[in-house]
Amino acid sequence: MSSAHDKATIERHGLNDEEYQRIVKALGREPSLTELGIFSVMWSEHCSYKSSRVHLRNLPTTGPRVLQGPGENAGAVDIGEGLAAVFKIESHNHPSFIEPYQGAATGVGGIIRDIFTMGARPIALMNSLRFGELDDPRVRRNMEGVVAGIAGYGNSIGIPTVGGEIAFEECYSGNPLVNVFCLGLAKADEIVKGVAKGTGNPVYYVGSKTGRDGIHGATMASAEFDENSAEKRPAVQVGDPFMEKLLLEACLEVMTTDALIGIQDMGAAGLTCSTCEMGSRGGAGIDIDVAHVPQRETGMTAYEIMLSESQERMLLVVKRGREREVEDVFEKWDLHAAHIGEVTDDGLMRVRERGTVVAEIPTGALTDDAPVYKRPMATPSYLADVQKLSLPDRPPTDDVEALRALLASPAIASKRWVYRQYDHMVRTNTLVLPGMGAGVVRVKGTNRALALSVDGNGRYCYLDPYRGAVLAVIEAARNVACAGAEPIGATNCLNFGNPERPEIMWQFGRAVEGITAACKALDIPITGGNVSLYNETDGRAIYPTPVLGVVGLLEDSSKVLGRCFAASGDRIVLLGESRHEFGGSEYLKVLQSVVAGMPPEVDLHAERALQQLLVLAAREGLLRSAHDCAEGGLAVTLAECSFGTGGVGLTVDVSAAHAPAAWASASTLFSESASRVIVSATTENVGALLARAKALGVPAREIGTTGTGRISVSINGRNAIDIAVGDAEAIWDGALGKFFKQRAA
Amino acid sequence: MRFAVIVFPGSNCDHDAYYAAKEVLGQQAEFVWHKETDLRGADAVILPGGFSHGDYLRTGAIARFSPVMDAVRTFAAGGGPVLGICNGFQILLEAGLLPGAMLRNRGLKFVCEHVHVRVEQTDTPFTFACRSQQVLRMPIAHGEGNYFTTPEELRRLEQNRQIVFRYVDPAGVATDESNPNGSLQSIAGICSERRNVVGLMPHPERACELSIGSRDGLVMLESVVKAHAAGTLAAAGSASV
Repeated sequence: MSSAHDKATIERHGLNDEEYQRIVKALGREPSLTELGIFSVMWSEHCSYKSSRVHLRNLPTTGPRVLQGPGENAGAVDIGEGLAAVFKIESHNHPSFIEPYQGAATGVGGIIRDIFTMGARPIALMNSLRFGELDDPRVRRNMEGVVAGIAGYGNSIGIPTVGGEIAFEECYSGNPLVNVFCLGLAKADEIVKGVAKGTGNPVYYVGSKTGRDGIHGATMASAEFDENSAEKRPAVQVGDPFMEKLLLEACLEVMTTDALIGIQDMGAAGLTCSTCEMGSRGGAGIDIDVAHVPQRETGMTAYEIMLSESQERMLLVVKRGREREVEDVFEKWDLHAAHIGEVTDDGLMRVRERGTVVAEIPTGALTDDAPVYKRPMATPSYLADVQKLSLPDRPPTDDVEALRALLASPAIASKRWVYRQYDHMVRTNTLVLPGMGAGVVRVKGTNRALALSVDGNGRYCYLDPYRGAVLAVIEAARNVACAGAEPIGATNCLNFGNPERPEIMWQFGRAVEGITAACKALDIPITGGNVSLYNETDGRAIYPTPVLGVVGLLEDSSKVLGRCFAASGDRIVLLGESRHEFGGSEYLKVLQSVVAGMPPEVDLHAERALQQLLVLAAREGLLRSAHDCAEGGLAVTLAECSFGTGGVGLTVDVSAAHAPAAWASASTLFSESASRVIVSATTENVGALLARAKALGVPAREIGTTGTGRISVSINGRNAIDIAVGDAEAIWDGALGKFFKQRAA
Repeated sequence: MRFAVIVFPGSNCDHDAYYAAKEVLGQQAEFVWHKETDLRGADAVILPGGFSHGDYLRTGAIARFSPVMDAVRTFAAGGGPVLGICNGFQILLEAGLLPGAMLRNRGLKFVCEHVHVRVEQTDTPFTFACRSQQVLRMPIAHGEGNYFTTPEELRRLEQNRQIVFRYVDPAGVATDESNPNGSLQSIAGICSERRNVVGLMPHPERACELSIGSRDGLVMLESVVKAHAAGTLAAAGSASV
């Protein structure tokens, strides 16, 4: 077919010599240029998971509720009453650096397609974002674009963005993270697969026309950035949420006809990935002719058509003889379904150009038989130094000043400036609004509700990837439990640097071990996810940042809890054990510009008991509010419980931490010990709550009452903090928006 | 009573309006696809929120040409109650069923949050059951809700008592701070001269149950049901024909 390619061509395709020889062996001949392009994208890190696969195999992926584990477009878990929660998280980091608005927008579009492809109606979005520090105007511009892009896509298509999390660290300034989570609902026995089966069944293409945009996007996402990265803009695609809305409605309608065999969206690696993956899953071949593919531009080659990453496109396999029904549905939505080929029985992905075969590759060679690397790992040299933490003789500032500074820190401050731009109420299911705890959406037609949380802490993972990853899992699960929901499934987005560097690969391996241990201990299966590597700019990697998305189930949606105190006169109870732990804390970063020490210790048994208590107490109606103790420690958590309540305050007295005398009060207030929750209960119920805690072995101490309009915290009887709720709330509420003040509200 | 919920390509609050009418209010509700030309005997029509045709041009500018809009026009001309919510309001403006136009929010960003509006007129089919000056808490979610019109038109609106809702603070006072998008005179919603066509930017269908934050919007749908039961809709229609 074609003679050998020169070294430069092979290199440009991101393939090394060994991989090229592997291609020649798989084909039994030299590949054509089109075939080389196809192998290049399918064997890219982004599509093949070649560096991560050996580690991901260890994740717990099964459980009684799991209907679909990793390997499909999204995972699915049984939520009862014949329904399934279908969900996944995915990154769009690289495009969001190059073109923030479109990069983030198409990230939203991609994950939504993954969900409705499974036959599920998307009902909620969340996101986890990382940026550099906001005093850098380029970072503000990037963040403004990303937030607008997420809003522009999600709002238009009409799926509420019900929450998320954002953190700011210098290491993300040249490599922001945009991880988007989507949840959908499907009938448990009507989940649709991305499979091609049945020789002679027609293959349809529907959606936007194919253009030259995004060619080699997957390859781009598998390389590091340097100063020339802005020149990669043509590899970023432009989103069209209206087209996706039509596709969403039309595809869900087609799925009701039972004329469909399988369906897959064209995301990374476009038509290439969808054809070979569908064929491979069904053990079938696919024969398509690119001349039938609707094209936006003239003169496109087979190579370009196969590698384009134009957005909002779907590939369908339809039962032969039922074509008309399917075509009619798409016509109703003013979409044209193009018949581009057939399913075959030879296991080959055959691509023609006006009849002439230009590529012929066994589908398995592109998918299951892609290279898998066990890359070398080495403990990073920085680690020993940063894990050492020697606190100064005394804290740098007094406790009230420290609280004010922490409340104004962008990581802790209210994210209202962000979520106000997201439609978070469309579909009228949102029971807990953004900023009020885990996102919670009810399931119409049942009494049930689903709680969602995405969490990760790059700083902790930088200091200890294993413990940091454990903390990410338990925090996401705990947030869901704080809403009163039982965690039933998780998805992960693993954002790391260049896996070819042993130190990065070590971070990755340790983090996956941490996720595995925590998920096993809490009995939460991972049903899918995404790996984003090569997050580096000019040779500097981001903090290792695994982000966990956890889904929880509330059988009675009326029992849902938020973080806010409900009324004056309720009892406040601290669950969990406080220790002197400042490693990687927000306190050290904000007040001392130090990122060092070991992240907080974790006892997974204690964590599990704590979450069981929360779910049980919520179910019994013993709680009025629950809020996880995270960045900023106890003082920030207590303050947050009183924000958004119209000024319900609190008076508490806690016992001093075991810490050096000068640090005792700062440690009591701002230490970030894990597995702690602030709950409130009525006077009537507090006894029962404490009894349940005791029975489950969860440390629980009644520390005070709600009311008075002030945040008043004493330590062993001595008042340490006393500030009006309104004053504290004004700092917290306005801090983020101040960075973007150039225009009036 | 039968509600028709019009579905334009890109409508995304169609299910919410349908749910509010059918499940919360217990009335009959039907989706009507924008290519249809018949409202199938509906007693009230809702143009729901969303991004019809993507709103890539001016909001509502393409939807006004949908075949169903002729039927909506005829229905409105006969005095039938028509409610345009958010994008539905924008479509009614583009279709000339209500006067004025929308500009981008003055903050140039999409805004989604609960706001307070004051009911200025209670003699429309959708405010019939409200108290005069009643303050309702409902969500907004839009990028182009900055209502604008000419001084002459504004005078006419005021003279004819066509301003139905104003953005206010929780105490019911219209302040600059309580105006979320820069709308002229804090206008959140208006009605037609004959009062049967009402458009507003806030989402009453998202405020029909306490569990999702507010049930203040329910009174708007209850209004039209009560008006229908009392026969005042037909009376209003025939009186003004």
